[in-house]
Amino acid sequence: MSHTLSEAASKALLAGFGVPIAPERLVDSPEAAVAASEDVGYPVVAKLCGDNIAHKTERGLVRLNLGDAVAVGAATADLLAAARPEDAVTGVLVAPMVSGDRELIAGLATDPQFGRTVLLGVGGVLAEAVADVSVRLVPITRVDAEEMVEDLSSQALLGEFRGEPALDRGSVVDVLLGLSATAEAVPDLVSADLNPLIVHDGRAVAVDALVELGGAELGGAELGVSPS
Amino acid sequence: MSPTTEQFLALFEPRGVVIAGASTHPGKFGFVSLHNVLASGYGGKVFATNLEGSPVLGIPTLRSLDELPEGEADLIFVCTPKAANPDLLRAAAAKGIRAAFLTSAGYGEAGEEGRRDEDELIALCADLGILLVGPNGQGVVSTPSHLCAQIVAPYPPAGRIGVASQSGNFVSSFMNWSCATGVGISRAVSAGNAAATSVTDILRFYAQDDATSVGLAYMEGIIDGREVAAALTDVAATMPVVVMKGGATTGGARAAASHTGSLATDDRTFDGMCRQAGVTRAATVDEAFEAAATFATQPLPRGNRVVVMTTAGGWGVVTADAITRHPDLELAPLPDDLRDAVDTKLPPRWSRNNPVDLAGGETRDTIPEVMEMIASHPGVDAVVYLGLGIQSNQARMLREGGFHPDHGLDRIVAYHERQDARFAEAAHDISLATGKPILTATELAVAFPDNPGPATVRATGRLCYPSADRAVTALGHLWRRSRYRQRRDLPIG
Repeated sequence: MSHTLSEAASKALLAGFGVPIAPERLVDSPEAAVAASEDVGYPVVAKLCGDNIAHKTERGLVRLNLGDAVAVGAATADLLAAARPEDAVTGVLVAPMVSGDRELIAGLATDPQFGRTVLLGVGGVLAEAVADVSVRLVPITRVDAEEMVEDLSSQALLGEFRGEPALDRGSVVDVLLGLSATAEAVPDLVSADLNPLIVHDGRAVAVDALVELGGAELGGAELGVSPS
Repeated sequence: MSPTTEQFLALFEPRGVVIAGASTHPGKFGFVSLHNVLASGYGGKVFATNLEGSPVLGIPTLRSLDELPEGEADLIFVCTPKAANPDLLRAAAAKGIRAAFLTSAGYGEAGEEGRRDEDELIALCADLGILLVGPNGQGVVSTPSHLCAQIVAPYPPAGRIGVASQSGNFVSSFMNWSCATGVGISRAVSAGNAAATSVTDILRFYAQDDATSVGLAYMEGIIDGREVAAALTDVAATMPVVVMKGGATTGGARAAASHTGSLATDDRTFDGMCRQAGVTRAATVDEAFEAAATFATQPLPRGNRVVVMTTAGGWGVVTADAITRHPDLELAPLPDDLRDAVDTKLPPRWSRNNPVDLAGGETRDTIPEVMEMIASHPGVDAVVYLGLGIQSNQARMLREGGFHPDHGLDRIVAYHERQDARFAEAAHDISLATGKPILTATELAVAFPDNPGPATVRATGRLCYPSADRAVTALGHLWRRSRYRQRRDLPIG
C-alpha cells in the first residue's frame, strides 16, 4: 500500500531537491506559533500537519491571514484541539500568508505505460474543468521545463495580470526541475501535488505539498531512459 | 531481441521472394499478393508454392519449399493457414530465407490458444534467425526494390517517406494519399500483431535507411511506454517522425490521493512524450500524411515569420487569420525595404502589407519576381503562396467550351497554362535557392489535379496543399521541429 507524507515532510523532501518552498515552521504550541509568526512575518497561515491529513481545507484545518499574536495563538490552540488520533498529527505549520490572483498546479504522477511524469497546469478551483495541462516524462531538462510553461494555452494568464507583474517563468521552471529530480532520486515516489502554486509578485510559490510513496507494487518504475 | 539491419534488408531488398500458399482463385490473398508482386515491377526472382503445383498467373509453382533453389530467396510472404506455418518456416530457413511476412490470422488476435501459437511462432523464428513480421499483417512495400508484397492495393510512387503502422488500413490510407499527391513512399509495413517486430523496431530501421528521410507511423495500444519513448527519441534525433495515435490506452491503477494523477491523462502524457522526444504528433490521417510529405519535400524554416502571397484578397485574409491563430507561427510584418521593392513591381492598389495581395496588378513576370523578393528577404522565414492555377482553370473551360481553338482561344489557353506551370516551378526553384519553405495551396489540386498549376507543383516533387489552412498546419509542424532542434543546439539540416 502506498502512503502519504505530512505536508511538512512532503515539503522537506521536495525542498531537498530544489523545489522552492516558502519558509515555514512546524510548532507544537500556541506560544511557539507566535514566535514562529514573528520570525516569518505577519500575516501568516496556520495549518494542522499530520501524516494522514490529505484534505485539510475540507475539514477546516487551514486558518488564513492571521494578522497578530492573539489570532495566531487562538488559531493554533483550535487546530491542535481539532486533531483526531488517526491524523497522526506532528504539529501546526506556520507560514507567511502568500496571496495572488493566479494559481498553478504542479506535480508528479505515475502513468501505467510511461512511468513517472511531471505535470504543470492552470490551478484553482476550476483546474479540472479548464484542463490546461502540460505533461512530460521524468526526467526533464531545463528546455523541456521551459516548453511546459509555453505549452499552457492560458498564456494571457501568465503575462501582466490585474496589477500583478508577469509570471517569472524561471520560478516555475525551478519547481518542475525540482520535481523531476525528486522523482529520479526517490524510486518509490508515486505522486506529488503542489496545489496550489500561487503566483505572488510574479513568482510561483508552493504553499501546499502532498507526496505519496510506496509505488513499487504499482509497477511504476521507469527504466531510467533519458529522453534528451 | 531487436531485429537486425541485415534481417530488415532481407525484408525490403530481397534477392528473391516466395509467395507461400499461392492460389489459383483470384479472390484469395495467395493470388492477390502474387499478382501484386508480379504487377509492380519487382526485379528479383519470384517463386510461389501451391499444394497441387498448379500454375498461377502463368508462373509454375512449387509443391513444397523442398523444390526451392537454395540461397535465391530472402523473403517469404506467407498466405498459408496457421497450422502449416511452423514446418514452412523451418523449410524456408533451411533454404536461406531470413525474413517472413505472415498474413495468416488466428494468432494473438484470436484468444488464448492463438496467443500460445503466437508465442511458439516467435520462439521458432528467433531460433531460425528469421525476421518475423506480422502475423495478421497486410504486407510490405519497398519502392527501391519495386516490391509490393501486399494483399491489398495500392502500390505508391517512390519517395522518401517510411510508413510503419499497427493497422494495415492506415498503411493503405497513407499510400493512397501518396498516390493522390505524388509525394512518394520508400518503405511501408503493416506490423499486424507485431509479434516480434514492432512499429518502433521498423522506425529504428528507417532512421538508418538511406532510402528513407521521414518516418510516418500509426500506433495504438501502447504497452511499454518507456520503450516506445526511447525508440521515438532515438529516431526523431535522426529524422522527422510523424505519429498518429489511435484510442486511449487503458487507465490502469492510478494513485488515488493525487490531484495531478487525474490531470495527467493518457492522451496528455502521450502528447508530452512526443513534445519531449521531438516527435510530430498529428490528429488526423490527412494531417499526418501532409506533415510527413512536407518534411520530405520542404526545407525546415529557421524562424516562424511567415508571409502570405496571394493573387486574390479573401484567401489572403483567411490565411493570415490561420497564421495569427497558430500558437507558434507569426504573420510577419512586411519589412519597409521589402514593401518598397514590391512597390516597383505593382500598381499602387496592392495590399502593401502581409498578406502580399497582388490585387490583380500582375503582368507576365510579376509573380516569380515578387515571390523571389519575399523569399530572399532576411526578415522572412517561410512563404505561403495562393492563387496558383486560376487562369488555367478558366483556360480549361475555354478549351472545353466548344469555341476552342478559334477566336484566339488557342493562344490564350496556351499562355495561361504556360504561366501557371512557370509559377509552380518558380516556387520550387526559389525555395531551393533560398533554403526556405514555400508552400503552394489551392483546392484545384483536388478539384482539377491536371491543372498545369498543381500538376507542376506535383512534378517538382512537392505537395500542393488542398487548402491554405492545411498548408499552415503543415508549416507549423516544420517550425516546431526546427525550434526543438535549435533550442537543444542540434543542427536543423
